[in-house]
Amino acid sequence: MSESDVVSGIEIRPMSERPKSVGRSWHLPADFFFHKAAVFAAFLVAGVLFATIIAIAFDSRTSIHAFGIWKFLKSSEWNPVTQTFGAFPFIIGTLVSSAIAMVLGVPISFGVAVFIAEIAPVWIKRPVAAAIELLAAIPSIVYGLWGLLIFAPVFARAEPWINDKLGAIPGIGLLFQGPPMGIGMLTAGIVLAIMVLPYMSSIMRDVFLVVPSSLRESAYAMGATTWEVAWNIILPYTRTAVIGGIFLGLGRALGETMAVTFVIGNSNTLSSSFLMPGATIPSVLANEFTEATTKLYVSSLIYLGLILIAVTLIVRFLAVLLIRRLGRREGAAA
Amino acid sequence: MKSLRLTAILLALSLVGLAASAQSTLTGAGSTWVYPLVAKWAAAYQQNNGVEVNYQSIGSGGGIAQIKAGTVAFGASDMPLKPEDLSSAGLIQFPTAVAGEDLVYNLPGIQPEQLVLSGSLVADIYLGKVKKWNDPEIAKLNSGLNLPDMDITVVHRSDGSGTTFTFCDYLSKVSPEWKDKVGANTSVSWPAGVGGKGNEGVASYVQRIPGSIGYVEYAYILESHLSDARMINRDGKIVSPSLKGFQDAAAHVDFTKAQDFYVILTDHTGPDTWPISGCTWQILRKNAPKEMNLAVMKFFDWGFEHGQDMARSISFGPLPENTVAAIKSYWKKELGYSL
Amino acid sequence: MISIYARRRSVDVTSKILMGAATAIGVFFLFWILWTTLKFGVAGIHWDLFIKDTPPPGTNSFGLRNAFVGSLLLLSISLLIGVPVGMMGGTWLAEYGFRSRTANAVRFINDIMLSAPSIEIGLFVYAVMVDPMGHFSALSGSVALAVLMIPIIVRTTDEMLSLVGSDMREAAVALGAPNWVVITKVTWKAARAGILTGILIGLARITGETAPLLFTALNNQFFSKDILHPIANIPVVIYQFALSPYSNWQQMAWAAAFITVLFVLVLSLVARWFLGKVQVPK
Repeated sequence: MSESDVVSGIEIRPMSERPKSVGRSWHLPADFFFHKAAVFAAFLVAGVLFATIIAIAFDSRTSIHAFGIWKFLKSSEWNPVTQTFGAFPFIIGTLVSSAIAMVLGVPISFGVAVFIAEIAPVWIKRPVAAAIELLAAIPSIVYGLWGLLIFAPVFARAEPWINDKLGAIPGIGLLFQGPPMGIGMLTAGIVLAIMVLPYMSSIMRDVFLVVPSSLRESAYAMGATTWEVAWNIILPYTRTAVIGGIFLGLGRALGETMAVTFVIGNSNTLSSSFLMPGATIPSVLANEFTEATTKLYVSSLIYLGLILIAVTLIVRFLAVLLIRRLGRREGAAA
Repeated sequence: MKSLRLTAILLALSLVGLAASAQSTLTGAGSTWVYPLVAKWAAAYQQNNGVEVNYQSIGSGGGIAQIKAGTVAFGASDMPLKPEDLSSAGLIQFPTAVAGEDLVYNLPGIQPEQLVLSGSLVADIYLGKVKKWNDPEIAKLNSGLNLPDMDITVVHRSDGSGTTFTFCDYLSKVSPEWKDKVGANTSVSWPAGVGGKGNEGVASYVQRIPGSIGYVEYAYILESHLSDARMINRDGKIVSPSLKGFQDAAAHVDFTKAQDFYVILTDHTGPDTWPISGCTWQILRKNAPKEMNLAVMKFFDWGFEHGQDMARSISFGPLPENTVAAIKSYWKKELGYSL
Repeated sequence: MISIYARRRSVDVTSKILMGAATAIGVFFLFWILWTTLKFGVAGIHWDLFIKDTPPPGTNSFGLRNAFVGSLLLLSISLLIGVPVGMMGGTWLAEYGFRSRTANAVRFINDIMLSAPSIEIGLFVYAVMVDPMGHFSALSGSVALAVLMIPIIVRTTDEMLSLVGSDMREAAVALGAPNWVVITKVTWKAARAGILTGILIGLARITGETAPLLFTALNNQFFSKDILHPIANIPVVIYQFALSPYSNWQQMAWAAAFITVLFVLVLSLVARWFLGKVQVPK
């Protein structure tokens, strides 16, 4: 594998070219068992996770039977008293809050990772890296309480400004209108962005750091600036892992429960504004699951969970397509 | 990987001495509302009798599901089960203690307990029909107050809750429109407002948003010094929430006559009766091992006898005397054995 | 030429400032949240937290001993389950499965599970363990936590191993090292910082998880180290106490949150220290 392949960004899977082992015979049983243990673990992982999905699908059957698929997806009515359930506001809420989190979180995470891996002087790297990682150590309920009790009041003071400035823009202005409560879709998105920051940035940083220094050094030797090295050398080399990291963050944002529940305002009706309360699939589960009494109600909640898994599945497909597409385009350009 | 090896050693050390120590432990789960009371009783009971009663608040629905599944010795719910549901599932239920909830508000210039509300007015506010604080409907009840020209922000519980059930049950009794459009359950389809998680969530929204109104448990009002409203009860009297008010609600209901104690304490008669009073029921399985049921009964019997001061100290009202007696004969009748 | 240089320079400087600003934003929020935890948490810090069990409401006593012990036990068991399974699973993907259809299918399912709401994992474990066993138990809580942790470890192990350059492997194979020695002694070693990050992220994630424990380990207001029965644990205690009306409970919730954060910080520092200088090369 030559450096030029690397630079032009062809997908790198060095191990696929790994020569077969020629170990001595007494090693063979150990090799055999190691291999089998790895296979077992991989299939155990897939098996358990698959079983979970099956179990979730099985438990939603009452609700699927009652509401069907399309009707459940597009209905906005969620009424435990009349036992009518529909998922639409929650699907939108989940997608919108995660999208806000990604729009804010991805650039910041990338910046943090590049800063730690490439720019910062050594004495600053470690403390900053440790500090950002510490964000992941904070229990999500603490994010929730912080968001509700500390951040929301401060943010509420900024909301009239958002109302005046962004709300006045024709078209997208509608997205930024509402009473200054400090809670709602946008607040949830911001809290989620902070929560996924350590996940995305620490993975990006780690993969940036394992980029062979020969690559980095040859680029610098050619006179490339730090930014050019980061953007043109390191990012293409690590692209798959970076996108993987972003999707780890996105996955976390889509499934986050406690923190969102505290700050999103928990309204079951869909609103046109980011400043208004909303709800996500996990927040509804957290709010209503433990008190749901009828079979249909419980089953509808689990059905929501199944839909969340389907949403993740679609998002994941898009990611795979994206990675393939990027690979092809850069391959063609080279 | 040195750190892994070290972790392994630490783990091995921590797992040593994991010999299952067989203690006499009872597990119960359910209602969040009654959790402080049972936790308090359990701590004292453990000191006096050596029996550990581990009660966890996983929600009333969870409590009902778990007692049906037989994973716990008793379940607790803020919403009583109907007698026919009980008998079909082989369960029995009995009340534990009474409590209440009240509306809290954030209105500049208006002090706690100055605002007076009626049930139908609260229903109209929560239906989104009364939108302003200086609405004539509110002004009519509060002639002395200088009500601001401010939008009302309605705050409700977002999580399923017995507090919500009691609140909505009350509104259904006093407002036909509420009953028709919304109804009563542990969570409902709210016509208006924002939802806060738990009492804490509702309280913090109310403290934050001027012009807001919400409902929280009485214990929470006392502990967090929120501005609470006075209510007009069924007898037309203006009352403040109090333990006595909750107990009067219980006293004006004949618990002893109702089958399986299926009575809801909201909107009852009596001059001092607090209209939004509630109660929590404990649920047992008829076919659970006799020793287990006896141990649970013993615990609650002890609580009824010795735990009433503890209950009062955390704003729970004791049950009337005759109700406790009725519970004991109910045990005997339903289970065929007694303490 | 000059203009190109000037442009490149200005792009470079602007980007550096932006990267620095991004880091500053991240660190700012971190300190804000930490400050909140510290401010509310320190007020509740008391020696009694470590020697007494969780007290009833409406008193002035403090205690979290049962919850600390329970949480440590839960985390230890889930690490025991999750780390080997996760690492071996990731190793299979990177070292044996490569880009095969099966490997990609496993990756796919793994990624889906990363975002399944944790409450559903709890429900699954409830259905396969708690229900058949007839009671809540610490063991089922640990299994639920392990199931949450494994996808994270699988994914990072897979990513990190795939990035290890082939030259070192080739050198090891050329020396006659068998496959498993190459993997354990060479590739794992080269990727250990990344793998450890994955384990720490996984651990950090499950340290604060509440939802899956509600229906598995439950909680216990008394001291217990019996893994077959309900056990006290920090996340559920924080959840229950933070939303309660009683000030001693609320203070303990913040104190518990503060200690949890401190715990993960110390753990991560110790682990990094053991790894030596691998973390920041150059």
